[in-house]
Amino acid sequence: MDSIISAASVIAAGLSIGLSAIGPGIGQGNAAGQAVEGIARQPEAESKIRGTLLLSLAFMEALTIYGLVVALALLFANPFNV
Amino acid sequence: MYPEIFNSNMFTLLAEAEVGKHFYWNIAGFLAHGQVLLVIWFVAIILLTFALLGTRNIERIPTGFQNFMESAVDFVTDIARDQLGESFYKEWIPFIGTLFFFIFGCNWAGALIPWKLIELPEGELAAPTNDINTTVALALLTSLAYFYAGFSKKGLGYFKRYIQPIPLLLPINILEDFTKPLSLSFRLFGNILADELTVTVLTSLVPLVVPLPIMILGIFAGSVQALIFSTLAAAYIAEALE
Repeated sequence: MDSIISAASVIAAGLSIGLSAIGPGIGQGNAAGQAVEGIARQPEAESKIRGTLLLSLAFMEALTIYGLVVALALLFANPFNV
Repeated sequence: MYPEIFNSNMFTLLAEAEVGKHFYWNIAGFLAHGQVLLVIWFVAIILLTFALLGTRNIERIPTGFQNFMESAVDFVTDIARDQLGESFYKEWIPFIGTLFFFIFGCNWAGALIPWKLIELPEGELAAPTNDINTTVALALLTSLAYFYAGFSKKGLGYFKRYIQPIPLLLPINILEDFTKPLSLSFRLFGNILADELTVTVLTSLVPLVVPLPIMILGIFAGSVQALIFSTLAAAYIAEALE
């Protein structure tokens, strides 16, 4: 592999993970905070809130995973690797 | 791609993840990823055995294994009923349930069984869902399923959906049909592969004890991903039936 291509790919892989972790991080924090608030207000609804929270957390996590897939494609299946 | 010392350690060898290396089979001119097929057959046999054991002698008051299988089927029935509503859910239970059990079985088979003990000439045995071909196949099946649901309910009137609420949204509505399978497949593939890679990296740093919490997290994430895939498939079908 051309050294400049591999350098650029590694930097891009790192950036794609790092940047795609920001948004879901904020979103998951918000969701968890609201869930704690909901449980504090209505402790008897805890099991229902927990289920919904886990499901929505997994949805948000998917966004970071897209970044991970891009990073993996750059590292292991680089289309510019001639 | 790993440092030399990595491959000399017995513990790390058990957790190695090889990305992009496959055990190719040539079937009628097509290249197939043999390691994925092997584990898929294993999972299918396990699921079939469970189903047969659960239904071997059915009694009115379930005991033992039948009890377990009935609660499992109740679980997937609940997924379908929550998304599709009382009037449609019955005919979609088989599809949603199969998706759930298959993905769940694949994820857990990859996480629980020490496949690395079996050596292949190239590639390695792992969860079949860490190969993008498996997840894309499942996601495309879901796409077909919701198109079938829409057409069988509304006929060609199904296409009205694309210009609602206003015709201006037509490109976005068409784009949605492509992003749905894309996000479904990437989510499952990425989650499973990410977990295996995390375990690999941690094992290469500290071989004992430290990767255990991540492995447990992986088992948990595997079940949540199966739940999410089937829930989303049910939600897409419900959207097409609306």
